[in-house]
Amino acid sequence: MTEPGTRGPKAPPAPARTATRPDTAPAVSGRGRAGRRPPLVLTVLASVAAALALLPLIYLGVRALERGPGFARDVVATGRTGQLLVHSVGLALVVVAASLVLGVSLAWLTTRTALPAARTWSVLATLPLAVPSYVAAFAWVSARPGLAGFGGAALVLTLVSYPYVYLPVAAALRGIDPAQEEAARALGHGPWQTFRRVTLPQLRPAAAGGGLLVALYVLSDFGAVSIMRYETFTLAIHTSYKASFDRTPAAALGVVLVLMTVLLVAAESRTRGRAGSARTGSGTARPPVPLPLGRLRWPALAWCSAVAAAGVLFPLGTLAYWLAVGNSATWEPARLLETGTTTLLVAALGAALTTALALPVGVMAARYRGRVAHLLEQAAYAGHAVPGITVALALVFLAVRYAYPLYQELPLLVLAYAVLFLPVAVGATRAAVLQCPPVLEDVARSLGRGPLRVLREVTVPLAAPGVAAGAALTFVVCMKELPATLLLRPTGMDTLATRLWTETGTASYAAAAPYAAVLVLIAAVPAYLLGRHRT
Amino acid sequence: MRRSTSRHLSALAAAALLVPLVAACGSDDKGATESKDSGTTATEKAAGPLVIYSGRNEELIAPLLEKLEKATGTEVEVRYGDSAELAAQLLEEGDKTKADLFFAQDAGALGALGKAGRLDALPQGSLDRVDKEYRAEDGTWIGVSGRARVIAYNSDKVAKAPDSVKDLTKPEWKGKVGYAPTNASFQAFVTGMRVLEGDDATRTWLKDFKANSPQVYEKNGAVLEAVNEGKAELGLINHYYWYEKAAEEGADKLKAALSFPKKGDPGALVNVAGVGVLKGNDQSAAAAKAVDFLLSEEAQTYFADETSEYPLAAGIKSKADLPELDTLGVPEIDLSKLESLEVTLEMLREAGMV
Repeated sequence: MTEPGTRGPKAPPAPARTATRPDTAPAVSGRGRAGRRPPLVLTVLASVAAALALLPLIYLGVRALERGPGFARDVVATGRTGQLLVHSVGLALVVVAASLVLGVSLAWLTTRTALPAARTWSVLATLPLAVPSYVAAFAWVSARPGLAGFGGAALVLTLVSYPYVYLPVAAALRGIDPAQEEAARALGHGPWQTFRRVTLPQLRPAAAGGGLLVALYVLSDFGAVSIMRYETFTLAIHTSYKASFDRTPAAALGVVLVLMTVLLVAAESRTRGRAGSARTGSGTARPPVPLPLGRLRWPALAWCSAVAAAGVLFPLGTLAYWLAVGNSATWEPARLLETGTTTLLVAALGAALTTALALPVGVMAARYRGRVAHLLEQAAYAGHAVPGITVALALVFLAVRYAYPLYQELPLLVLAYAVLFLPVAVGATRAAVLQCPPVLEDVARSLGRGPLRVLREVTVPLAAPGVAAGAALTFVVCMKELPATLLLRPTGMDTLATRLWTETGTASYAAAAPYAAVLVLIAAVPAYLLGRHRT
Repeated sequence: MRRSTSRHLSALAAAALLVPLVAACGSDDKGATESKDSGTTATEKAAGPLVIYSGRNEELIAPLLEKLEKATGTEVEVRYGDSAELAAQLLEEGDKTKADLFFAQDAGALGALGKAGRLDALPQGSLDRVDKEYRAEDGTWIGVSGRARVIAYNSDKVAKAPDSVKDLTKPEWKGKVGYAPTNASFQAFVTGMRVLEGDDATRTWLKDFKANSPQVYEKNGAVLEAVNEGKAELGLINHYYWYEKAAEEGADKLKAALSFPKKGDPGALVNVAGVGVLKGNDQSAAAAKAVDFLLSEEAQTYFADETSEYPLAAGIKSKADLPELDTLGVPEIDLSKLESLEVTLEMLREAGMV
């Protein structure tokens, strides 16, 4: 009885499996609302968020066309662009597939089986979020120089980004009403069949959304690919800036990245279909009966340990090693404290603004399926695959011209975080709203509440834990951000990431280690909470 | 009807709320940073601070800029970053920049700003303190310290180190040379070779070098590390990486040693870190004083002793055991011509290096 169930960890990537079965997802939230128009306030607020997210695109357009469309075309129409495309897309595909395998398997093991110490494992599965890709990449390549290249880049990016899949899938698994699965079991399906035919389809929106974030993360990542020396679009854009200080070719390449994002977002929304996973049953969630693992407990534990060792223990161990060796390890507690406090502040502000902007977009994406909702959601994603330095230069360009008093002031930096990480918060909000039973909203409407009041009194409170989780996630990614912070921070201000950058600039890894360690430790707090988070 | 107008109104109100939200977030912290600043530099605030964009690393340069603050009596505000990214930022800021002085890690970044017309010409008196080859022909920037390209070798494994980059394409070094192809210093060296020996010769060298299976690293530091640990027998780096490592770990503990390429060899290039004064700055007197300070004995001694670079203004000798600048086989080259890396980059791409 237990034997087939443990094949769960080796389950193929969820979207691939379920893409052909769009009919199985309950259309409970989608169909009924397709025709309904969202409240105007919601549309306006979501439009503001989308407009902000689109700002870098204006800049890319202006810069790319600076020397005429012919020049931009020449930059893009080289054989190299094709090669970069293959590199970027290939890396994204491999990392997304691997992240889905890791994320879905760990989520299933930690939420649905009698895995010993499941809670600890779920925290461990979330912690890699706290490790910046450049720290992880450096840890790996310094230990195994042979890793450099595609393999190393794929490994590091998978290890730092699979929690983007793990978190929503685990949340979805906790939110799904076990009654459906029990019904399937009662009708004679084994655990594996139940997982595949009942559970997995319900995980599709969560897995696809997480996969999209992973893909966008891979496209925009600079740290890991540069240390692993694997040339992607983002690395080529950086090289282009550095080689010629010329922003036009870099912008032209950036436009290609934006087009890739649009395709990705479109593909994801296709995969996701109109699925929602709201419970339609009674008011309180009932924990599912954990599946006993039997003899397969050991392989399951080995799998979890291996992932935790590679994603958490190894980079932390390397940091500890740097702290221990090298006499340049000068702890500057006062500076560390000040930098840590600043980082907390900017990351908190970034997370707050991002969440505030994401809320209307996420609610619209989850509840209203019109063309406008769709466009606004896609717009929110548009800038996400663009490298941080491009977003930063866009804001430099726009602020210097149109908002000079804000230039090199904190609000602009916080705004940059919002533009960069809006999709992270939108994804979390959408998933959270999708899990709230729309029936409650319908009841509130039928009792005469206006749409805004329903939103405020029913939807938002119900979705709050998920939205908060999204805010925590945004907080973590803001903390780690480097290129935009370097360009946009107020002069003289430092975050842990920029100090880390400064210290590694002189190749004194021992001196950089305290900042890396504090960064990881602070980021670990929300990551830890996310790992324990139960919806 | 009434309902929809109220909806419109609340929509507008909500949208209007967002703007102060953003502004409010900022003003809080602005106050915080200001009070922090005033704590450290409350001395004088006559003409506002001299704003320096520094592509040079804070760890290396901050103590020097403190000295500058004292010597010139001007409050200094420094923005640290990557030379190339700061150059891109300065170009994006245009004449609205807050920067008065750009302290760049290499001649290329300064050259790009000079070419874009963003730099003022420096006074001839300052320019004359540095040899012609280490400053801009049009006088828009000046080198303040020099870094020499060297061949590092593992003294355990290599009996006789090559003294020319030409030797690195020989079969005996197959798979044994480490280099950092994406590093600006390496690319400047290739550009130097193009200027010295022409594009065809450089293309051939790159092809032969690549065919000799060199090991690729991200940074000079990693190359030196590999040479020191014997993972690579030779490595192409800048001289001061070795001196920094020697200072940190003790010269006698290093397996890596340096070979300075022979006279006229493209591998013997000396690139500079330098400064330029931004056009339209509001601190031209203070900026000029700062430039002169960086060329003063105090600052030049700092470069010699603390960063192990070559002082470029005449008359300063290093405490570190550096060979004299004029004994190096520096090829005759106009550093301004290192400005354009595009062709170099194209070649590196053709050769499959970047």
